[in-house]
Amino acid sequence: MSGTGLADLAHGFAVALEWHNILWCFVGVLIGNMVGVLPGMGVLSAISILLPLTFAMATVPAMLMLAGIYYGAQYGGAICSILLNLPCHPPHAVTCLDGYPLTRQGRGGMALGITMLAAMVGAAFGIVQMIFLAPFIARIAFQFGAPEICTLMLLGLLAGATLAKGSPVKGVAMTLLGLLLGIVGTDINTGIERFMFGQVELSDGIELVALSLGLFGIAEFLRSVNNTPPVNAAHAKLGMRDMWPKRAEIREAAFPILRGTLVGSLCSLIPGTGPTIASFVAYATEKKLSRTPERFGHGAIAGVAAPEASTHSAVQGDFIPTMSLGIPGDAVMALLLGALIIHGITPGPRLIVEHPDVFWGLIASFWIGNLMLVVLNVPLIGLWVRLLTVPYRFLYPSALFFICIGVFAARNQLFDVAMTLGLGQFGYLLVRLRFEPAPILLGFILGPRLEENFRRAVLISRGSLEIFVTRPISAVFLSLCVLLLLAQLYARVRRVSVVTAAG
Amino acid sequence: MQTMTKERRRDHWAGALVALIGAAAAWIGHFYGVGSLTHMGSGFFPVALGLAMIGIGVLIAATGGDATPDPIHGPDRKPDPRGWLCIIAAVLLFLGLAQYAGLLPATFACVFTAAIGDRQARLLPSLALAVCISLFGALVFSTALQVPIPLLGPMP
Repeated sequence: MSGTGLADLAHGFAVALEWHNILWCFVGVLIGNMVGVLPGMGVLSAISILLPLTFAMATVPAMLMLAGIYYGAQYGGAICSILLNLPCHPPHAVTCLDGYPLTRQGRGGMALGITMLAAMVGAAFGIVQMIFLAPFIARIAFQFGAPEICTLMLLGLLAGATLAKGSPVKGVAMTLLGLLLGIVGTDINTGIERFMFGQVELSDGIELVALSLGLFGIAEFLRSVNNTPPVNAAHAKLGMRDMWPKRAEIREAAFPILRGTLVGSLCSLIPGTGPTIASFVAYATEKKLSRTPERFGHGAIAGVAAPEASTHSAVQGDFIPTMSLGIPGDAVMALLLGALIIHGITPGPRLIVEHPDVFWGLIASFWIGNLMLVVLNVPLIGLWVRLLTVPYRFLYPSALFFICIGVFAARNQLFDVAMTLGLGQFGYLLVRLRFEPAPILLGFILGPRLEENFRRAVLISRGSLEIFVTRPISAVFLSLCVLLLLAQLYARVRRVSVVTAAG
Repeated sequence: MQTMTKERRRDHWAGALVALIGAAAAWIGHFYGVGSLTHMGSGFFPVALGLAMIGIGVLIAATGGDATPDPIHGPDRKPDPRGWLCIIAAVLLFLGLAQYAGLLPATFACVFTAAIGDRQARLLPSLALAVCISLFGALVFSTALQVPIPLLGPMP
């Protein structure tokens, strides 16, 4: 594979280095970086707002930009956590624990320098992993028929529902809700209108952008308005020179970075355990392995290096199941998958072969984008810090307008804006009841394909459900589902939780 | 008798909500024709999902009550009526004004209304913000991206 792999990668670079692709990749990482820094603005909202604007673009630059927002935000999120102690960006919440004490000791610049180093190592590993694993996985998945796709989706959904943060049972409830929302519209098989309640605007289904901006945009504003802590930037003054770590500090960070990278790459391969879980696992692992665990929480370098490396490695690895199987691991990936579908590309194992421009171009752009981010962050750190102090009362009214116009632009329907408002209220209710809305998006994206493949599988077997057990690969996926549920049950009985172990 | 904790009560509501949605989906779904496994109707999938949601809803109500605070967002915060009203009003104003008066007034009203939802908002900065975003929005969305809402006047 290495020979063709290299040729493919070279092709990818040729695509990614076209000037308009570089430009959009740059726009993506810049917006991502900014969104990551701004407290109270999420990656999901940013990608959703920009998604309708990519309809007029070619597929490759659109994907490069949207993906760039995702990994670019990871660079910004760390700044927020380390300098201001604001866990505004979930994958970096755990970095606050040791990053902010370092800042108070006047070593915040060094912590950011270590973060950059960790980011580079983690991202590089994640990308290499994707180059080798994704085509391999896709080749295996070529042989999957409808029953295998069905059980694989079930496994993905189950993992996405139960392994992410929050209660597993509630996660399953949200996935089911997402599947249900995915049904709304005209049934392609029979032409029957389902759950439309007489609204013609719904015949193509609920607009993806409306759903995601309702759940993650408006609901988030309702929760944060008049509820944001004042930003304290007293310790956040630093220059470029402060960011170079000393050799001893690099030595202290080296092994945590490597361990964090491995944790991140493992987590990225299991659907549902995206960067957030990876960072918590990496932190907990470091604390357990450390000879001086009492230093954690008071400015341990390992407590910054390991979770940051794991986040970046997981963020890149996240793309593997999405691009090779068409099964997204978290809500951001679900959104990117939705973007692919809107651009007329059917996600699945054929994507790499049929759209090499998209796949290899994306990989090449990861290298370019990460390099841009490192270069951007060093001189711009002062600007980002100043951006951090923009008060929330100016941010959310502007963002609300972008949400309204973004949702409208998706289908030129004011109906969708009203829908977003309704979904926002509903999303806020869900959050108040301690549901995590992320699996809704997963279910929503996979729902139509799950139903279609289920129908097809049962049609092949002439109405017998045995087909899911008698086909060997499908049986393996089903037993993995059972195993996952048993493990969850065990964890519940033993009260083990990754997230609480880290805190 | 043990008094019910806040978290248990919350999860009773949560479970009830999920079960209710499931029941509604299953009930409405069965009108679309459930069919059989050999001849699946449009209602098969919705009914199956609805039934599963009823089960999960009961499970949530029965097992819930987790009182550990969210490690990322911290403990629950009280909803804020002023912010809530202003955000809803902002979107409704955008809807109405975009339909009948144009993008500029819609944007201005939306941003200004949302801005005064914050308790620290002052009149002049909020007005300035609304004017800036309106001009920026007109430039980007109307001129550059040609979103089909006229700057002034009702939608065609």
